[in-house]
Amino acid sequence: MTQLQPMAEFPFYFFAFLTVLAAAGVVVNRNAVNAALCLLLSFMGMAALFVLLEAYFLAVLQVLVYAGAVAVLFLFVIMLFDVKGGDPRKPYQKVAAVSGLLALALLITGVLSLAKHSQLTAAAPVTTTVVGSDLKDYGYLLFTKYLLPVEMTGFLLLIAMLGVAMLGRKQGKETGASIQEAGGGRPETGGRRLETGDRRDSLSESRVP
Amino acid sequence: MIDFLTNLPPVVLGLLKGLAVICVIFPIAGACSMAERKVSAWLQGRYGPNRVIVPWFAWMPFVGRGLQRLGVFNLLADGGKLLFKQDPLPGHVNKFYFMIAPAVAIIPAFTTVVVVPFGAYFDQAGQVVPLMLANVDVGLLAVFAIASLGIYSMILAGWASNSKYSFLGSVRASAQLVSYELSLTLSVLPVFLWVNAPGTVGSLSLARVVEFQSQPGFWGGTWFIFLMPVSAFVFLVALFAETNRLPFDMIESEADLVGGFHTEYGSFKWSLFFVAEYAHMTVGSGVFVLLFFGGWNPLPWLPIGTLFGWLGLVQSAGHVSYAIAIAQGVLSIAIFLAKVLFMIFFFMWVRWTVPRFRYDQVMRIGWRRLLPLALVNVVVYALLIAVIQK
Repeated sequence: MTQLQPMAEFPFYFFAFLTVLAAAGVVVNRNAVNAALCLLLSFMGMAALFVLLEAYFLAVLQVLVYAGAVAVLFLFVIMLFDVKGGDPRKPYQKVAAVSGLLALALLITGVLSLAKHSQLTAAAPVTTTVVGSDLKDYGYLLFTKYLLPVEMTGFLLLIAMLGVAMLGRKQGKETGASIQEAGGGRPETGGRRLETGDRRDSLSESRVP
Repeated sequence: MIDFLTNLPPVVLGLLKGLAVICVIFPIAGACSMAERKVSAWLQGRYGPNRVIVPWFAWMPFVGRGLQRLGVFNLLADGGKLLFKQDPLPGHVNKFYFMIAPAVAIIPAFTTVVVVPFGAYFDQAGQVVPLMLANVDVGLLAVFAIASLGIYSMILAGWASNSKYSFLGSVRASAQLVSYELSLTLSVLPVFLWVNAPGTVGSLSLARVVEFQSQPGFWGGTWFIFLMPVSAFVFLVALFAETNRLPFDMIESEADLVGGFHTEYGSFKWSLFFVAEYAHMTVGSGVFVLLFFGGWNPLPWLPIGTLFGWLGLVQSAGHVSYAIAIAQGVLSIAIFLAKVLFMIFFFMWVRWTVPRFRYDQVMRIGWRRLLPLALVNVVVYALLIAVIQK
């Protein structure tokens, strides 16, 4: 499939815009729950784009892993620990500035390279012809040729997780204790903490006519 | 008629097929709620609902009374009540998420049906043609992926309700669903390792698993529940947890959480949650039947092709008979549905037999018992299959 059918163009633009808009919503939204749900929408749009590219396996994995598990965990953590949106403190201004510059540089590089190299000189070779053979090829390549990138990505995720754990610890011992308690299977902890933050705000708002 | 149908544009045909399937699944999901009340009554030695009757049926001599005793019309009465009841919208809820949560519950529940085959017929060349809406290669993974989205309805409902009971229910539910998904996915791995023998084209299609269980010979015709009982057990337990059925009823826990995530819901929005739960149960039972109970094959070691042969339902060479194809399809669907209904009855049977686990017990069973069991099961079967299929 080297070029899109006319029929396939409208769904492509629809889902592409959905994905990008939802991704922007993740960054812009001040309410953490809305942001997480925008992230979910973005994942779903991405899965739909995979379907349009006839990469059904990737689409299903995208839904299963990201929409079905990762976003659920995000929402779970946001709700359980009552993360407030729009934190007034700005503790890491220098870090934020540096990482913002880096992100801008990456974005510019990406757009430039896309503009320069996006045109394929020849039609992409059809690697999979038989329906179903792609699953096996996919798994085989993942464990042989691309083993190093896969492990590297996993390591990157581990680093990110450790970073979050460290940043979370800085806020004081109370948070860490409640995390441990909740992990120990006492949902009552979550209930007690309900009275703080967003939820109290929404309660008091509702009382105002 | 048949020619007219097959000549329709694919989009229209797909819509018609989808509507037809929904028209079957929705009443089954609704009727399950009634069956649940009746089955629970029988298991507890009560009569259960046995009063409602429609006037015309009351005039029939024996049939009407029998149907009344069975509580068949209670379904209509219940549905009417839920439709016309006042729909309360509490003042303290997040209105947008509160409203969309029931819809989010029901959409994935009905979408999973798309990739589940429910019957088969033989074409002229003697090839099995599965009856399903979309014969995609990723079959079972697609079911898992879409079904896992149903959790958002519970999270959103519990959070938007802005009440502690609802919130606790949804927090427990999300922890439970994420925990048991691992065991659920791992438990089916041996089945697909066995089906996708070396040299064949790899596929996760459920129809293929059924075909595999309808081969001739002793080993070919063995259902996977006999070959892989541990897989079946882990899958079944995880399925109970994933569909939030007792004994894994964390999400509702009406003994300590009033009504769990739907405490603040009423009327038709409330009933949508239930239709979604029963739809999940129906599809889950269907997947279990396809994987471990031979799908539409009537008995172990008795493939449906043999049964068609006995009944004379075989396509003769050189002439396509739609009547025979339709009869084959209907018979296979009936066998499949009978098995699914038995599984649903089994769900209810367990619900009224086993007491509910506590939250910490649910977590312990999931992570310390079921997951290691599933892992060991995968490793053992992987080694065995590698030796056998070498």
